[in-house]
Amino acid sequence: MTEVDPPLDWPDYRSTQTRAPSRPLVVLPYALSELSGPAFGNGDVDAADADLTRQGEGEPLGERIVVTGRVVEDDGRPVRNALVEVWQANAAGRYRHDGDRHPAPLDPHFHGAGRCLTDADGAYRFVTVKPGAYPWGNHENAWRPAHIHFSVFGRMFTQRLVTQMYFPGDPLFEYDPIFQSVRDPQARERLVAQFDLSLTQPEWALGYRWDIVLRSTPFEQ
Amino acid sequence: MTLPRTPSQTVGPYFAIGLTQRAQNEVVRDGDVRLIGRVTDGNGEPVSDAMVEICQPEGWGRCGTDADGRYSFVTVRPADGRPLDVLVFARGLLRHLGTRIYFPDAGEDEVLRAVPPEARETLFALEEDGAYRFDIRLRGDGETVFFAV
Repeated sequence: MTEVDPPLDWPDYRSTQTRAPSRPLVVLPYALSELSGPAFGNGDVDAADADLTRQGEGEPLGERIVVTGRVVEDDGRPVRNALVEVWQANAAGRYRHDGDRHPAPLDPHFHGAGRCLTDADGAYRFVTVKPGAYPWGNHENAWRPAHIHFSVFGRMFTQRLVTQMYFPGDPLFEYDPIFQSVRDPQARERLVAQFDLSLTQPEWALGYRWDIVLRSTPFEQ
Repeated sequence: MTLPRTPSQTVGPYFAIGLTQRAQNEVVRDGDVRLIGRVTDGNGEPVSDAMVEICQPEGWGRCGTDADGRYSFVTVRPADGRPLDVLVFARGLLRHLGTRIYFPDAGEDEVLRAVPPEARETLFALEEDGAYRFDIRLRGDGETVFFAV
């Protein structure tokens, strides 16, 4: 809707060419929030769902990491009790999905999906392994930088956000049309987690911090 | 204070492992409305990696499309005669799309009046074999109206 988000029409990402609407979006005649009820999707969330390293018979291969941060509205208020869902490739860059034909090994101990609810401070926390980069056929020698997919529900349906978290310093950033679809360089940086030594667990896991900012609901401003 | 927002990125082709493993397409348990539809692209081809989410005062649900682009929900008609709010996610959509489903007997409202008259019919479900059908054409002939969300 604003320059923060990528355009729908972005031919460098080939799939947009047959899927992005060709007509302009219709601007609604009144505040969006009036259209939408509360966000749902909470469902049953088990604390164990936030640890992606404990979902198989044994431990997955890869670099064990903690990924944590806060979900807040753009006025700084925490989004509490919100459902955060993640999915990702394994350490070798392979998704546990029938459509993924990348000839990298599946890990029998890694399913690659997790969920949790934010706490009273808006904080979420996952334990997982660092995903690998993978080729994706969009153009010659196309590789996705390592990323974790995030789906977030705010308090309102209008705050819904699906995005991807990247890792700092990835040399593939400049070649990735999905990352580059966010035109504002500062906005792009907000897709990149920060390595945070204070989050690492000695002898056990590295730590990354990534905060997520949702738009506020207009009528409450 | 206004913090800069986190940008959207595409849901990609593999979201099913994270988002649609469990059935969540019962917006209202044992609802008496069956809503079906098909998501197609600019070539009229089925979109087999889309996800449709529905929100209404009575509940929320979502459904991934199958190999033929089809989705289905069980719900009820909103009590106040309002339409259903819909979000569409797919590989190839760098941010999600918003649209609305009006039932066939819905009257004109302020939102419909903001839509070009020739495109309004794309927002109406059709009655079909005891169900309501709402096809979503992402692009091209009969392109569904999407709203700035």
